[in-house]
Amino acid sequence: MGFPHKSHPRETPILSGHFGDTDARSLAGWRQRGGYRALEQALGMAPAAVTTMVKESGLRGRGGAGFPTGLKWSFMKLGDGKPHYLCCNADESEPGTFKDREIMRWTPHALVEGCAIAAHAIGAETTYIYIRGEFTEPLQRMTEAVREAYAEGILGKSAMGTGTRIDMHVHKGAGAYICGEETALMNSLEGRRGNPRIKPPFPAASGVFGMPTTINNVETLAAVPPIVNNGADWYKSMSLSSNKSTGTKLYSVCGNVRRPGSYEVVMGFPFKDFLYDVCGGPPPGRQFKAVIPGGSSVPIQTIAEAEATLMDYEGFVTGGSMLGSGGVICIDDAQCMVKQIGRLARFYAHESCSQCTQCREGTAWTTKIMERIEDGHGTREDLDTLLEIADNMTGKTICVLSDSCAVPVVSGIQKFRDEFEAHLDARRCPFRAATATAVAA
Amino acid sequence: MTVHADATDYEPVFVGRRRAELDALLTHYPTKMAALLPALWMVQEDRGYVSEAAMAEVATVLDLTPAYVKGVVTFYTMYHQHPVGRYFVQVCTTSPCNVCGAEDVVRALLKHTRAGELGATSPDGKYTVIEVECLGACGFATPVMVNDEVIESVSASDVPNILARLS
Repeated sequence: MGFPHKSHPRETPILSGHFGDTDARSLAGWRQRGGYRALEQALGMAPAAVTTMVKESGLRGRGGAGFPTGLKWSFMKLGDGKPHYLCCNADESEPGTFKDREIMRWTPHALVEGCAIAAHAIGAETTYIYIRGEFTEPLQRMTEAVREAYAEGILGKSAMGTGTRIDMHVHKGAGAYICGEETALMNSLEGRRGNPRIKPPFPAASGVFGMPTTINNVETLAAVPPIVNNGADWYKSMSLSSNKSTGTKLYSVCGNVRRPGSYEVVMGFPFKDFLYDVCGGPPPGRQFKAVIPGGSSVPIQTIAEAEATLMDYEGFVTGGSMLGSGGVICIDDAQCMVKQIGRLARFYAHESCSQCTQCREGTAWTTKIMERIEDGHGTREDLDTLLEIADNMTGKTICVLSDSCAVPVVSGIQKFRDEFEAHLDARRCPFRAATATAVAA
Repeated sequence: MTVHADATDYEPVFVGRRRAELDALLTHYPTKMAALLPALWMVQEDRGYVSEAAMAEVATVLDLTPAYVKGVVTFYTMYHQHPVGRYFVQVCTTSPCNVCGAEDVVRALLKHTRAGELGATSPDGKYTVIEVECLGACGFATPVMVNDEVIESVSASDVPNILARLS
């Protein structure tokens, strides 16, 4: 469903079919729509069988990294005598991304059900749903859904009367993009500063509270009940491209586009059709210039690259970028790439946890230089300096926030070098009104 | 309970109902420290901000040090360390909203609230306006968060009406 716009006939609304449907929010409403049948079925299966089913479906992590979900679950050693934890990563903060927000706003029980199935599969008695603090409505919806599920005996010491303990708690973040990084989230949940941890150990060995932990994104977990209901083969069949990318993906479409919103299409859908047909193309009188297809941390695509891309994990890589979180940021020909890349750098500088020097210093210097170029005070050497800093920020830090800041800078200089040079030559931003710059000069 | 607060007239937060809420919350986690973020939220809900004295109280109830609590408070952007206006207004200006005119919304808000500059509170104490990094509502540019409410798809021309509704 293209919420907030009308659904498009070329969408495949598995996760989004009830977006905008207020009656789907309550437990009774969710049950009427087939809710909790999957959990009932899963609780009757051996945990390993549930994991095998998810493995066979081909489901991969929808938070950005695309790690195979069933494989991740299989890393949890059942019966090791330790407490196991499930963390649901609902810290959605990647610029351009708002899909998890819509899942939690409209179908909170889909997430409760997905979490409960996963908890059963990995032997977790306790699940924490970590939701970013700014998500006041999703927090309220999820808290209410968990409360209802406890009241009906779906959660608790004997989930659905099966004797399996599944506890679930909603945990509110307090404003920090970095807490979407899985180990930073665990530190934050433990009551610490949200600093990412060095891996290994990986969460399955030592996660939250030092215990075996699986952490999955909201969309990943919400995709589990339909897989249990309809089978792995059904899910796997939803792909127009390779068997490495299966099922549907929710895209958050924003920026300069006629119909922004959440859209769900099968893997391998042509990006050109998606942008122009499903989302309505650029605003009237404008042309698309660039697209950032997977949230702000993935390489910028020129519109020509985007138009030739198939929408799946492999297709976006072939198209010079990554699927990432599915946050599609559209940029039209009236926008200045230098300004927007500088704005992204500012975002990363603001959100750096400051543990690693390359990131703390690199994001700050990148922002300063980008803003200097935008203001007409840049030099030729600045482009080389930016690339040098970017190199020093890539693959050298505890987490990838640093890399994420370098990505738009490097891809921006590669693909839109003419715009950078126009700023250097004219000693002003060519996109700003001449009167404004005349005053500044 | 001993609270190492600098203000002698400090009224503790965690008494009565709040203490019971915190005790119930502690059962959700294997450590006391894990209740730190929720405890700080309770303080901010009741007091509007997290003072040094409140940090000391939280440290005492969770067996932490005030310095540790302050280290956590200052890491997260949503905890206020000073009083803010009655309406705390956060405007997303990150790139997806930026290309849709978010900076014009900020200018309109600073002007019409008379807050004047980012982070400052208007002379009547009603408004504090800040820029916020990505609110996760990019398809509804520009989202403006007023206290706990997100107002979607705001343009600069909507600002006077929104403020009139708050008055």
